[in-house]
Amino acid sequence: MTHALRQGADEPLGAGQSRPMTGNEAIARGVWEAGARVAAAYPGTPSTEILESLAAYPAADIHAQWSTNEKTAMDVAIGASFAGARAFTAMKHVGMNVAADALMSFSYIGVNGGLVVAVCDDPGIHSSQNEQDSRIYARFAQVPVLEPSDGQEALEFTRTAFDLSEEYDCPVFVRSTTRLSHTRSAVTLGARQTPAARVFEDNPRKNVMIPAHARMRHGHVLAREARLREALSDSPLNRVEPGDARVGIITSGIPYTYVKECLPDVSVLKLGVTWPLPDRLIREFCEGVERVIVVEELEPLIEDALKAMGIACDGKAFFPREGEFSPEIVHDGLAKAGLMPARVHAAPFEFAPMVRPPVLCAGCPHVACFMALGALDARVAGDIGCYTLAVVEPLKSMDTCVSMGSSIANAIGMAKAGTETRPIVATIGDSTFLHSGIPPLIDAIYNDADITVFILDNHITAMTGGQDHPGTGRTLRGDPAPRVDFFALVKALGVRWVQKVDSYDTASMQRQLREAVAHKGVSVVISDRPCVLDPVRIKGPAMAVDQDSCIACQACMNLGCPAITWAEGWHEGRHKVKIDPEACIGCSLCAQLCASHSIKPADIAEQV
Amino acid sequence: MDKRNRTTNVLIVGVGGQGVIMVSKVLAQLCQEAGHDVKQSEVHGMAKRGGGVFSHVRFGAKVWSPTIPEGEVDILVALEWAEGLRWIRHLKPETGTFIADCQKIVPPFACRSRKRGAEPAYAPQTPEEIIDQVHAGYVMDATGLAANLGNARAANTVLLGALSTALDFPEEAWAQVIAATVPPKSVQINARAFAEGRAWALGGTKRIDVTASGLQKSRAEVHHPQVETVVEITADWCKGCDICVKSCPERCLRLNDQLKAELALPDLCTGCQLCSWLCPDMAISVTNTPVQEAAS
Ligand SMILES: Cc1ncc(C[n+]2csc(CCOP(=O)(O)OP(=O)(O)O)c2C)c(N)n1
Ligand code: SF4
Ligand code: SF4
Ligand code: SF4
Ligand code: SF4
Repeated sequence: MTHALRQGADEPLGAGQSRPMTGNEAIARGVWEAGARVAAAYPGTPSTEILESLAAYPAADIHAQWSTNEKTAMDVAIGASFAGARAFTAMKHVGMNVAADALMSFSYIGVNGGLVVAVCDDPGIHSSQNEQDSRIYARFAQVPVLEPSDGQEALEFTRTAFDLSEEYDCPVFVRSTTRLSHTRSAVTLGARQTPAARVFEDNPRKNVMIPAHARMRHGHVLAREARLREALSDSPLNRVEPGDARVGIITSGIPYTYVKECLPDVSVLKLGVTWPLPDRLIREFCEGVERVIVVEELEPLIEDALKAMGIACDGKAFFPREGEFSPEIVHDGLAKAGLMPARVHAAPFEFAPMVRPPVLCAGCPHVACFMALGALDARVAGDIGCYTLAVVEPLKSMDTCVSMGSSIANAIGMAKAGTETRPIVATIGDSTFLHSGIPPLIDAIYNDADITVFILDNHITAMTGGQDHPGTGRTLRGDPAPRVDFFALVKALGVRWVQKVDSYDTASMQRQLREAVAHKGVSVVISDRPCVLDPVRIKGPAMAVDQDSCIACQACMNLGCPAITWAEGWHEGRHKVKIDPEACIGCSLCAQLCASHSIKPADIAEQV
Repeated sequence: MDKRNRTTNVLIVGVGGQGVIMVSKVLAQLCQEAGHDVKQSEVHGMAKRGGGVFSHVRFGAKVWSPTIPEGEVDILVALEWAEGLRWIRHLKPETGTFIADCQKIVPPFACRSRKRGAEPAYAPQTPEEIIDQVHAGYVMDATGLAANLGNARAANTVLLGALSTALDFPEEAWAQVIAATVPPKSVQINARAFAEGRAWALGGTKRIDVTASGLQKSRAEVHHPQVETVVEITADWCKGCDICVKSCPERCLRLNDQLKAELALPDLCTGCQLCSWLCPDMAISVTNTPVQEAAS
């Protein structure tokens, strides 16, 4: 997909046109229409496509880049804002944890060129390690957070966010969720604005956060929040939809669409800004209805604020605090609140569906790495990426996974605890290593930890759909870039035992790992084979199983390769196996494991 | 839910890489061109890793929720049989239409059992059982039809042809959107695939392709007696070369303190005999004795 986007860098569609866009594409369009000049991000589902979409706009309009991590991306955007340009960064919810340090101080400093942060939450944990609610970060940093409900609002709110940012001298959040980011709806486009030209403002008392300045700025932040709170009561971002006055529902974002689906005639206060809350508007709305219900996904941010204001309301008493909402869940909550009849469950089909968990691709270079770790009986501190799938059957060779970049330091701690009898190995993907693996590796060397670090270099950020990074030699726009040499980098940090291994050679992989763990101190093994899916799909000649000699030992099945399944035939009560020639990429791992030599390249197998 | 604002709900499901998103994009584009409000929602977090993919398409005068409430799906289009069954509960009980390709994509996870006689844990339901219970249903060999035309990947367009018979858009409008969506060099084949799918579905409101018999319970009546396995290791002959330990598929062997092989996890041993065949010193013997099965 990234490829198509890069090629599509022709004239952006003109104003007035209407087309279906995902929430992410609409946010990108909003950034471009607002006249932003710099955008930086680190990929993370469901936010990734925002920067990929921005890369389809002319390079002369906007510089768009992948950064090494979210804090770096945030700091790049902050730098651009200092320099007077409108700037943008996007991240998934947990990316905000990484970027928060810069954000918290920058909230005190405020902007020169407007700065907007798109943060995409993942209620329901479709593809994340938790489901934290980013609106709480906005409250914490005392900056406004805008919550669009569909594609059109995603575009318009993003554009408005830049104006708010400059008017109130603060960074502004646009909060999306997986559902909004990945839903297509009709969006009418606007024209690109040319914001007033600004240059760097020499003002150390505002721009340099030493204690004396920061103390002063904190007061500004509080005053700014009070001004916003007041102004937002009259802003079109928040709107009352009058209706049946027996109940008033306060909601925002995607849950608003579920409320309208269930109760189209009820009185609604639709909050486009969920922090700071428009006190005056809320009081007026609540006085006009007999009963107040708050419908919000994840944390009771609005509900708690209402209760602090002394307004009686219900929210989490009826709606869950965890998981993604759906029209069904909102219906159930409204039914519990007595506002509509309960759903009738008329399901004639009462069978449990087949399980189909995600798996590593056929020929994935991570497979042999984890086969080898399993054979080594190592204690494996894992990290986040495609390779985290090694935690489940059949590889089952990862013991921990916390957050991006945690593996190496987790391994240091395990080693220093002195309780472990097995060799300790940290596994970390190339993109994750560049994101946050280098400081902990330095830590390991500095503190002489007896660990092995296994860098799984598949030459791409695979998990999020194949994004470039400083180790791929290409930028977001596909231009050539210098390429990080992991071997030289690790050497330069002071690691004395470093080896590269071929992910498709199980024997040497096992030997190298055995030597690595035998080495006292920090050793580093770097696996080196490209992902078979991105940036180009790899497809070699397929392997085939000789049905006469296969003894159904199932050794090859232990790879979990999706190209290998059971054949019709049996051997001693177990199914022999077969290989799907369309799916097999010919990595040969299964052939290396087969003790009866039944797996050969399909063309050879045919001749025999 | 709201009766005045009638929304049409189409759910498209399949496995990563099959083209679920292509099908839903074609439909969404068609709806928009016909002047409907439309929302198309998908979650593709783990899609390309072989997991299930689904996409909701809703259209009407005004669409609120991006997802279809359970039991409100008017048409369920399944690019893979078991995925269709996963979502069939979501079909509207009295009026829903079920359109499925009979092709099976068996995940490796379905082949994990090591028990004697174990069959893949794939959906056991037959097309007849399912079609009986829906208002209108089609189980077609879309992949086979497309393969006959020269490209199995056009199976999703065959299904679009079947889908077109259940919705009120003119045939030319479908043709135009499909032609604009697929790569230029496959426009012709997709046009034929669409026509075939459409013609096939016009043959009745409940139809099952004969080739869908691949989904029938063809459980061969092979009897696999349970066995008792004994692994004997002659310690004197074992020289600790580690070959059996490394090659046992179940990892149930290990070298003990004296560097002699021993069966550490006998419960996992399947009696496959690999260790005895591979041991260069013939130190291992594996015997499988059939046991009398309790009548259960
Ligand atoms: C702080 C944070 N940012 C982003 C993500 C999203 N994310 C998960 S894994 C991953 C990258 C994985 O790339 P790599 O380490 O190269 O492993 P691969 O998937 O290629 O195997 C990203 C960006 C995240 N989980 N946490
Ligand atoms: S996308 Fe690449 S890294 Fe991820 S599982 Fe597939 S081959 Fe492996
Ligand atoms: S060679 Fe074997 S392990 Fe590799 S992709 Fe083909 S079937 Fe899978
Ligand atoms: S490893 Fe070889 S003998 Fe064993 S099941 Fe696979 S193909 Fe058959
Ligand atoms: S018979 Fe097979 S499963 Fe049992 S110990 Fe030997 S190699 Fe392992």
